[in-house]
Amino acid sequence: MVTTLPATATMLPESELSDPQSGLIPKMSARSVSVYYGAKQAVDDVSIDIQTKYVTAFIGPSGCGKSTFLRALNRMNDTIPGARVDGEIMLDGEDIYRSGMDVVHLRARVGMVFQKPNPFPKSIYENIAYGPRIHGLAEGKAELDAIVEKSLRRAGLWEEVKDRLADSGTALSGGQQQRLCIARAIAVDPEVILMDEPCSALDPIATAKIEELIDELRGRYAIVIVTHSMQQAARVSQRTAFFHLGKMVEYGKTSDIFTNPREERTKDYITGRYG
Amino acid sequence: MSETALPDRTGAFQARLRKRYASERRFKALGLCAVLFSVGVLAILLVTMTMNGIGGFQRAELAVPVDFSKAELAIDPQRLNDKDAIQALELAGLPLLIDNSAEQTLGRKAADELGSEAWREAARDIIADPSLLKRKAVLNLPTSKDLASALRGDGHEELRAQARDLVAKGQLARNFDPGFLARADATDAQMVGIWGALKGSMLTMFVTLLLAFPVGVLAALYLEEYAAKNRWTEIIEVSINNLAAVPSIIFGLLGLAVFLWIFPNYRSAPLIGGMTLALMTMPVIVISGRNAIKAVPPSIRDGALAIGASPVQVVFHHVLPLALPGILTGTIIGMARALGETAPLLMIGMRAFVATPPDGFTSPATALPVQIFLWSDEIDRGFVERTSAAIIILLIFLLVMNGLAIYLRNRFEKKW
Repeated sequence: MVTTLPATATMLPESELSDPQSGLIPKMSARSVSVYYGAKQAVDDVSIDIQTKYVTAFIGPSGCGKSTFLRALNRMNDTIPGARVDGEIMLDGEDIYRSGMDVVHLRARVGMVFQKPNPFPKSIYENIAYGPRIHGLAEGKAELDAIVEKSLRRAGLWEEVKDRLADSGTALSGGQQQRLCIARAIAVDPEVILMDEPCSALDPIATAKIEELIDELRGRYAIVIVTHSMQQAARVSQRTAFFHLGKMVEYGKTSDIFTNPREERTKDYITGRYG
Repeated sequence: MSETALPDRTGAFQARLRKRYASERRFKALGLCAVLFSVGVLAILLVTMTMNGIGGFQRAELAVPVDFSKAELAIDPQRLNDKDAIQALELAGLPLLIDNSAEQTLGRKAADELGSEAWREAARDIIADPSLLKRKAVLNLPTSKDLASALRGDGHEELRAQARDLVAKGQLARNFDPGFLARADATDAQMVGIWGALKGSMLTMFVTLLLAFPVGVLAALYLEEYAAKNRWTEIIEVSINNLAAVPSIIFGLLGLAVFLWIFPNYRSAPLIGGMTLALMTMPVIVISGRNAIKAVPPSIRDGALAIGASPVQVVFHHVLPLALPGILTGTIIGMARALGETAPLLMIGMRAFVATPPDGFTSPATALPVQIFLWSDEIDRGFVERTSAAIIILLIFLLVMNGLAIYLRNRFEKKW
């Protein structure tokens, strides 16, 4: 696979990559979370802490519940009939499943990027401006223009599209569309960005660009990425959680998971025995 | 890959291949036949309609020279702007003047064959152009229906000879009749017009669209986006599907029993007609609307939800604009069906003889298909051509309506 590895220099010093218990307050934390689709249990008793400024990767074989768990983090499962979540998921110490929690506000704080790029069939400008507009983040055209430019710059797309902001977002290439979706998520100024296999529909060059982008973004946001590619998890993440059959088998520093896994199942998966 | 490169060249393989090609050719030929058949039928329909209908836009007219300057009609030109100008002209002696002028130039016999309403046409000419009152002019005035049918070659030999004679002198001819597009129903085929029915249809369609479109679209949106998937939703779905299949006359009975019971004074009114047809059109819009909404990719909904759009924002900012072309297609189909519908309108009294175009949603009116039905029942041969002409108008109305919808659909259509 062709990749540009992010320079190790941009990573946080190893000392800061301490365990969840080391005093860093987690941005999000899940306690005994189980997710059911009707009678079927997709996620079984998962507890995890997610830190700001880290990229956390969820890896595991297909159907292991990692995407389901990711979607529980911003309540996207609410749209699926029959889906039910047990346990507690806290964002800054506040249970996101408590009654009275405003889902719209939650999703503005916890953004999401999907597997398949899904820009709106509107102009590039409108794609970005939509979120700030519905949340009232900009007053006047000038401010909105500034947000659009800032978001596109952060997503590394500005130089490529600045002269054709009025073109349709769907006319871009797949990789550009995915960066547009990331820019769209950034535009509402979230605290956490969830990415559900963001590169699985992209070619290696576009994948490399997205990975670079993730590395640049992690300074500002807590990023959670679900991926099928173990190399990708190793390249972009500082924390890795291994899921298997709905359970979280192991969670720790990415370097530890890949070089020195505690669990036999993790080791088998990483070395390609199944998955 | 060329045939020689095929790995298997056994007889069985070759036979299978031949069979496959043959079935493909058969399928293509059948499809082509079906298309040619439909195009042929459509062409036959249009050609016959046009050939029969062209005559419907014409009528037999006698050329009557009238010298208004000599006759001195006792009328104040100011009064020509009044509503009762025609009556004023009648009182001033216009009918007699027309009759005398016709007798002088065409002879008594021909003057008797001038239509009884001919002076009204003259009065309209004068109202349109008051300067006529000061000069000499040749007015083309409608003949009686007997002379009109004689000109067509029917009726008594005596009258036919008279018609031939008048034609030879250049005094009788079939002229284009622009008034056909401006008048309403009449007992005399020479005097009928389509405007009354056309306006009735337009008003009725407007009411139908105004009721059926928003109700249908909102129902479709609610059922697709909000309603919980349970037994009640299923029952409602089945009911709506059945509603679309109910014979139209049943809707007419419903209109009669319910709408006319609530508004007993609005018999024959476009308002009631529109409400009745809206009941019929709504299920079609709901069904096509739901299909169009279903076809909007779920990823668009996810994308909007994930940046914090509320469900209502997702529906109105994303789903509805993307589904609109499909909804419009369904609306065209529903409206086209409603436009051509006769049976329910008969039930609510829109088959009445209405001699003046309706002036509002609550005044008595008839509709194009009902008018066609009524005229096709007339004994007078003059109505045959008028019926075809009315059908042409109905088809043109339909084409214009569909064209407008297609234009709107293409404007809203987005690609992703």
